[in-house]
Amino acid sequence: MIEDLILKLRKEIIDQLQVEGIAPEDVDPEAPLFGEEGLGLDSIDVLELVVLLDKNYGIKIRASKDGPKIFYSVKSIAEYIMEHQNQ
Amino acid sequence: MELLITKTIQLQDHRVWLNGIIEYVSEEESFDKFIRSVYRHYNIDYPKFFKMDNLCKLAFLSAEILLRGTDILQKYPGEEVAIILENASSSLEYDRKHMESIRDRNNYFPSPSVFVYTIPNIMVAEIAIRHKVKGENAVFILEQFDPGFIDHYVSQLFRSQQVNCCLSGWVECYGDHYQSFLFIVEQEDERKRFKALQEYVIFNILNMEKLFKGKSI
Repeated sequence: MIEDLILKLRKEIIDQLQVEGIAPEDVDPEAPLFGEEGLGLDSIDVLELVVLLDKNYGIKIRASKDGPKIFYSVKSIAEYIMEHQNQ
Repeated sequence: MELLITKTIQLQDHRVWLNGIIEYVSEEESFDKFIRSVYRHYNIDYPKFFKMDNLCKLAFLSAEILLRGTDILQKYPGEEVAIILENASSSLEYDRKHMESIRDRNNYFPSPSVFVYTIPNIMVAEIAIRHKVKGENAVFILEQFDPGFIDHYVSQLFRSQQVNCCLSGWVECYGDHYQSFLFIVEQEDERKRFKALQEYVIFNILNMEKLFKGKSI
């Protein structure tokens, strides 16, 4: 279920990206991950998310142009995993 | 032209010294807890701090506290401010961490956020980004603090009129062993202003050695 995946992803992202002072449950699944809003992640964090998807879900992202859409929010990442896992 | 050391900071032994005077003592013994306590004590708001490696955390906070309360960044354009640092362990802690992540070819997931800290110069970059410093910068790996090297290098920078201010010193961090000694170097034009405050020290090898050892001038 995508809800379970979102819960798992929120914890993984907070842990992996060492986001300080924010609990996984405080992350709005639909809020932008980058920029002034949301978690304020940066370019290194994008690379870290690419590795996270590969390591934890076996999904390789090869086209960088897809990045902004995939990594827009926790929900968009979860949707991408649901679509591409086991393909 | 004479150069002056106009402000110093030291972080070691879970203490912070400003101009040779203890300003903050932490109860925390480990580096990780100590450096976080310093961050909180000085009310610093810079979330990226928590993503830095230990070397950068130490260099960043040392510079942050050192520059606080000065008008250095207003007085000098970023292009006229240099950062010249020394250390002994380079970025060895994160070099090892990165090595561990790529040791197993069947579980090969190098972390970009670890890899980015596998050069010591990144500590200069973190300071430069934060304070918009754009002058000469370098990190030299030496067995121990070498004031003679700093004296030669920084003096040459001023002589060549490349800079009018330099943030320099020693930032060493490996495991729970950490030691930073940073200072600001300015030209003697500032003597009058600092003399009134009795806060300057002549920039030379002997004085750097004394300050490094925590002795008063």
